[in-house]
Amino acid sequence: MTAAIVADDVSRTYELDGVSVPALRGVSLTVEAGDYVAIVGTSGSGKSTLMHLLGGLDRPTGGTLLIGGRDVSKLTPDEMAELRNTTIGFVFQSFHLLARTTAQDNVGLPLVYRGIGRRERRERAAAMLGRVGLAHRVTHRPNQMSGGEQQRVAIARALVTGPSVLLADEPTGNLDSATGQSVLALLESLNADGVAVVLVTHDRDVAARAHRQIVMKDGLISAAG
Amino acid sequence: MRLAEAWRVALEALRANRLRSMLTMLGVIIGVAAVVALVAIGTGTKQQIENQVEGLGSNLLLVVPGRIEAGSAPTSSPLTLDDIDAINRVVGDRTRVAVTIASGETVRAGSRTRFASMQGVLETTPTVFVRNLDRGTYLTRTDVSTGRRVAVLGAGTARDLFGDRDPIGRQITIGGVRFRVIGVFEPLGQSLGVDRDGEVHVPVTAAQRLLGTERIDGIAIRAPDRERIGELSDAVVATLAERHPDTDFSAVTQEQILGVLGDILGVLTGVLAAIAGISLLVGGVGVSNIMLVSVRERTKEIGLRKAVGARPRDIGVQFLLEAVLLTTTGGILGMALGAGTALLVDGLSPVPAALTWWSMTLAFGVSAAVGIVFGVVPAQRAGRLDPVVALRTE
Ligand SMILES: Nc1ncnc2c1ncn2[C@@H]1O[C@H](COP(=O)(O)OP(=O)(O)O)[C@@H](O)[C@H]1O
Ligand SMILES: [Mg+2]
Repeated sequence: MTAAIVADDVSRTYELDGVSVPALRGVSLTVEAGDYVAIVGTSGSGKSTLMHLLGGLDRPTGGTLLIGGRDVSKLTPDEMAELRNTTIGFVFQSFHLLARTTAQDNVGLPLVYRGIGRRERRERAAAMLGRVGLAHRVTHRPNQMSGGEQQRVAIARALVTGPSVLLADEPTGNLDSATGQSVLALLESLNADGVAVVLVTHDRDVAARAHRQIVMKDGLISAAG
Repeated sequence: MRLAEAWRVALEALRANRLRSMLTMLGVIIGVAAVVALVAIGTGTKQQIENQVEGLGSNLLLVVPGRIEAGSAPTSSPLTLDDIDAINRVVGDRTRVAVTIASGETVRAGSRTRFASMQGVLETTPTVFVRNLDRGTYLTRTDVSTGRRVAVLGAGTARDLFGDRDPIGRQITIGGVRFRVIGVFEPLGQSLGVDRDGEVHVPVTAAQRLLGTERIDGIAIRAPDRERIGELSDAVVATLAERHPDTDFSAVTQEQILGVLGDILGVLTGVLAAIAGISLLVGGVGVSNIMLVSVRERTKEIGLRKAVGARPRDIGVQFLLEAVLLTTTGGILGMALGAGTALLVDGLSPVPAALTWWSMTLAFGVSAAVGIVFGVVPAQRAGRLDPVVALRTE
């Protein structure tokens, strides 16, 4: 079975007003199918930059990156969009739900770009909301839900297309610790069901429960295991 | 499905910013309304004038001394009633030949006076031109041959001089000379703000005596059939040229007049529409501006949509639809406003207006096109946004 994501000596340098900012300086990492990887590291060490690359939201400026077996440097913008839609589910620290849109329609959004009709989108979204424990919030809007509920909606949205990898960048960063724990428990149960999970966290205990831990420092992996 | 979602999102975006959407549409509404209303007024005016010229009757040939050309000075007429005898022989039917000598005169009835266009004419006028009487009788051949001082009034002249009283049999003076009213024309209304009912018909002989002249100003002939009108025109001009070697004569048919008037009014309508079109363009620039603002405001939303799988073109279509929705909604409202304005103008003012499907369709089509043209740049900008950059924007 091919690995979900393979990064080989991947780097990413930002150009800011003519100054080069090397956010990643050569990172190699493999995410196997069904894997559970925790990434830790100080703020500014390049964790988000790496996650964006792994999720196909951005492209490396050096090295080779394979997502779902495909070399992202050879993909067109449309193919990248398809990859983000089908292979990857992304969960952000700040949820990024559409306001004025129900939980169900937020979750169904990725299915829009698969050309799936509204009725089926809503059915699948409702089922996915049930899976994350929000069967009673189907028609609620983000401003009618707690932070923990909003993040569960975001997780349901990431899962609705049945991706092989779930990428979560500090998903509990905006939540109180009790709520954060329940969100992490949800991610772990999803992993138990076979979805590979890559999780950025500051919580050592959480990281310890992962299959593998990666420590980032100054754009490099300083420790892995 | 993607398109349905794009429609839904575009509608939702416009609804969420109702006031801004309305203000943006206003430019398009005014532009489209201006095009529709101005074209309607141009078309209405054209139709009215054409109807009037057609109302003169078909197969009409007008002969005047001089050349009919822009900038040529009016020629003083050498025509007399002797020429009419010659033309009658050419035409072969004197009931088909009419003449006129016109002069503006003060007309008085009792204490009331008004300025009117006195027309010295033959008894053939109502058959050559289509003119119907409201009351009384028209001039007779005897009236003309004896120079009897009888008059037929235009509806406006009759109203101003006699009000509700019946003018038939009453005395009036024209240029100080006494005439007896024997008939009143049906009203014709106005054209281009000119009252066409302010006339007085008298026998040409009486008019000549009043004015102390033998001349007549012009001749009108109703040709027996359309095919021979050119032939007849040449024969008449040749006859007149032979009798007056020093003068040029021009003959125009009613169709030629219609053609020229139609061209002039067509150009005028086109110019009006073009001016109105410019305001539509200005409206389009407004749409473009607002769309750019909208893209900036929704940068995060665009980033999120891209993150979950929207292609550049999915985002582009969404914003393009929003722009087109703005302008076509504006276009429909503008059409309604323009049509309403045209109907009001037509009903409440002497200016005629006629709605045309082509102008409505054109204005709507242009507003949709404006949406596409001015929506493309913002839509492309939105489509090309980098998902990471868009998501990091706070
Ligand atoms: N768009 C950008 N332009 C320039 N520099 C950036 C950009 N995004 C991140 N960086 C820089 O890259 C480094 C790594 O950032 P990030 O990956 O967000 O770190 P972390 O998520 O570990 O806190 C930081 O120094 C940050 O300032
Ligand atoms: Mg980060």
